[in-house]
Parts: sequence; C-alpha cells; structure tokens
Amino acid sequence: MSIGTRSTLLHLGLIALLFVLAFVLPSYHQGNLARIMVLATYAIGYNVLFGYTGLLSLGHAMFFGAGMYGLGLAMQYGGLGVIPAFVVALICAAVLSAVVAMLALRTIGVAFMIVTLMFAQAGYLTVLYFGAWTRGDEGFVIAQSARQIAGLDLTQPTTRYLAALVLFSAALLITARMMQVSFGSVLIGVRENEERTRMLGYDVFRHKLAAVIISGTISGAAGAGYAVLFGYVGATFTSVQYSIFPLLWVLLGGAGTTIGPLVGTLFMFYLIDYSSGLTNAYMLIAGVVLVLLTLFARLGLVGEIRKRWVAWLP
Amino acid sequence: MILLETKGLTRIYGGLTAVDGVDFALPQGEVHALIGPNGAGKSTFVGMISGRIPASAGEVWFDGQNVTALAAHARIRRGMAYTFQITAVYARLSLADNLALALRSRDRAAALAALDRVGLADRADQMTGDLAYGHQRLLEIAMGVAQKPRLLILDEPTQGLAESEIEGFNALIRELAGETTILLIEHNMNVVMALADRITVLDMGAILASGTPVEIHANRAVQDAYLGTG
Repeated sequence: MSIGTRSTLLHLGLIALLFVLAFVLPSYHQGNLARIMVLATYAIGYNVLFGYTGLLSLGHAMFFGAGMYGLGLAMQYGGLGVIPAFVVALICAAVLSAVVAMLALRTIGVAFMIVTLMFAQAGYLTVLYFGAWTRGDEGFVIAQSARQIAGLDLTQPTTRYLAALVLFSAALLITARMMQVSFGSVLIGVRENEERTRMLGYDVFRHKLAAVIISGTISGAAGAGYAVLFGYVGATFTSVQYSIFPLLWVLLGGAGTTIGPLVGTLFMFYLIDYSSGLTNAYMLIAGVVLVLLTLFARLGLVGEIRKRWVAWLP
Repeated sequence: MILLETKGLTRIYGGLTAVDGVDFALPQGEVHALIGPNGAGKSTFVGMISGRIPASAGEVWFDGQNVTALAAHARIRRGMAYTFQITAVYARLSLADNLALALRSRDRAAALAALDRVGLADRADQMTGDLAYGHQRLLEIAMGVAQKPRLLILDEPTQGLAESEIEGFNALIRELAGETTILLIEHNMNVVMALADRITVLDMGAILASGTPVEIHANRAVQDAYLGTG
C-alpha cells in the first residue's frame, strides 16, 4: 500500500470515527467535541503556515476574527443567511491575509512574529473602536432563529456536531491533498532551506504568499464556523490569547503533521477540562503537563509517534 | 554560440569593490574553470550570474537575453543550475525527496537515476543529514545535474571529497561536457587541468588572464599571483 493510500485511509477513517462518535457520545462530550473540531480547524489553518512553511505567526487571531466578524456582521446587519454570510467571511479572511502577507512577508524570523502580532493587535483594537457595531468585549449573540441552513437547525446538538465535522473534514482533506502535490513539497522546501529552494528555481515569495492566504482563509472559516455554531461573536476571539492557542495546539499535536492539530486541540481541551475538575489551580496542572511534553515530546504527540514508530504518518 | 555573457559586471560591498567591471563570455558546451586566490571575487561573480547577489553595475546576458533584472528563481527556470560552495541540501528530508524538489517531479525512477549518477542510489531513503559530508556534496552535485541545466554553475564542488570521489566527479563532468555548459569554481588544480577547456583567473575582482590550461599554466602573471613558481 503506497504512502498516499495509507494517509487517505487514515484521514477517511478518522472522519468516519468522528461521525460515529456523533451518535454514541454523551451530550456533554458531544458538545465538547463539536467545539474541538471547530478549533482544530483553526489549528489546521495555523499548521499550514507554521508546520509546513516554517513561518511562525503570532497574529492568527486576526484571521479567525475576520471570519467570525465577517459572518457575524453580515448576518446581524446585512440580514444574510448562513451560507452567503460564510462566503463573506471567507472573502474577508482571504483579503485580510493577502494584505497582511504582502507587508509581513517582507520580514523574516522574529520580525515576522512581531509584525503579525502588531497587525493582530491593530485588528483587536479595530473591533473595540467600532464598538457601536461589534459591541466590543461584550460581543453579540447571533439569533437562534437565524442559525439555520435550509431548514437544518444548527443549534440542535447533533446537527451542530455534524456541521463542525463537515468543516473539519473539509480543512483536513484539503490540506492533506495539498501536501501530496508538489505545491506542498515546495512549502516544506521553503521551511527546510529557503535559499536552496530559491536556487532550484522556485518563487519562494509566491509560495509563502499562497501559504499565508490558505492558512488565513482556513482560520477564517473556523472563526465563521465558531460564530454560527455557538452563536456568539466577541472581541476576545481576536485577542492575543487566540493567536497563541493555535500555536500551542499545533506544537502539542505535532507541527507539520495532518492530524496533529486535532490531537493537540483535543489534548489541551480535555487537559484543562479534567484538571479544572480537580482543583481551582488547574492552570498549574496544565502548565506542568505542557512543560513536560515540550521537554520529552519535542515533536508533539503525533510527531513523536511518527519519529519512533510510524514513519509514514502524513 | 555564446550562452552566457557579462558586461562590466560589478559588485561593491560598502567601500570594497569585490568584482570590478568584469567582461566575460562563455560559449555553449564549454567547461570553463574560474580560479584565483581567496577573496578574488569568484563566488560573488557567479552569485551575480545566478541572481543570488544583485549586481551593483553591469549586465548579465543568458541565451541572448538580458537577464540582469530577473530574480534568481526566474534565471534558474531559464536553464541555469547552481550548487553552493557550502553544502545546501535539505538535511531533514530523504535523498529521494531532495531530488524530487530538484526534478520538480515525484517520479521515483528519475530520482534514483539521478542519484545513481553519483553512486548514491542505494541511499535514496536515508535522511540527508545523516550522510557523510562528501556524500552530501555529491548529492548537491546530483541535484544540479538532475535539473538538466543548460548552464551548470559549480562552486568548489570537490571541496571535502575523497580522491576516489573526485575521480567519479571528473568522470561525471566529462559525461556532461558537450551537452551542458559548465562554469566551475575550483581550487584543486588537478581537477581544473583535467576538466577545463578554458580557464579564467580572477584576482582582486578583475580578470587577470584567460586561456587554455596550457596557456594559463605558462602565464607569468598567473604564476606570480596564484600558482606559485613550481
């Protein structure tokens, strides 16, 4: 069985498993997993840039927020339905990521981190500045009656879970496919040795630009999905915290692996969930576990599995 | 036919003129060696030809067209290939993956064939960073050759190679000679004398002499500047 076939089977198997879980999980965990899948979609978007292209952004919350507010404002003030508003969200995220990329990609390394952080901070302040529409930190709720696609009620738990699964699966399959074609190989080439890649005749800037736009747009799709599935749009989601989360999820799960983002998001979500059940100082437990993982599983969970046991893992 | 030509090519670093108005022409199919003492401007000169280093003044013409304004990757696409003086391979990828990027294709048979030309086919699935330095050099050469370039620029390709590997390298270059034009920076005079059709000597950023290996060997100025009196 070729590596390509194996990874396709792995991804389809994972999607099938998640589908079955929709009907067997208790409602508490079903709700959690729906949220995790949306956040993992965000992590998948982040992974395109960080894991595969080797560009560390500290400002992805602006892309998540562009999707979230693109959809939220279009529904709230434009009166659009879910699908058209989702398209608006994707356009917002794509345009924002293209503009930011054109400027931020003039820098590399630490400067790139700082520039993306500053852009995201500007995005956050923009949300606050237009508080009359965005309602700032307080945010706004998308009416339950509006959260429907062709009669399907996205507020109904199982429907919501399946919608999150559709979003997650699309992001997973798109990025997995991307990494099987030569475009993905060139991104890895850029990550591993930019100058070598340029001197093999590849336009490094255009590949990085495409990576930022793809990464930003997937992150925006996750933001829009979060808004419509959980009915809330708020400035917190554009704050620096939400730029750090996907970095943590991807690092924990395994940067540059297709399923790492889901594993990392799932792991951290339940780590906090369980430890907060034990003590009020749950961040202490979570922190210690994270430190241990970064010390002993530097490649992340899936990355270590790939290195030690299953070399073909995509 | 002239494949590559430079006109008044100049590079100034701060107050230092590393390459000073070099006029150079390379006919199609020739193996041309560029020699000179350290700091003569050889790497800067080929860097400007490939587009890695922007020229301060002057022009580069490739295949009858002025490519001075083109970015490096665009020049490579027109048929140049460049191997680095300090090995620049993808250390964390397998040899086959390195070749896939050079070949722009995932055709495994083609990757193996390219590796076979430098005797590394049996290591195709090893991690490149685990190879000995000499083998990494050979991989770098294989990646250059695999692109089937019209102009292959090699910056000190035999540095770090064992004697037996150098023989293999010489044989490979002789195979390519005729179809591929080769511009070679080389310190090993045995390699230069064995391979080069013509030699250009750079000193202090300018051309000191140019001619056949026999002519260069006999040149008094070159002997004083570089070869010694032996």
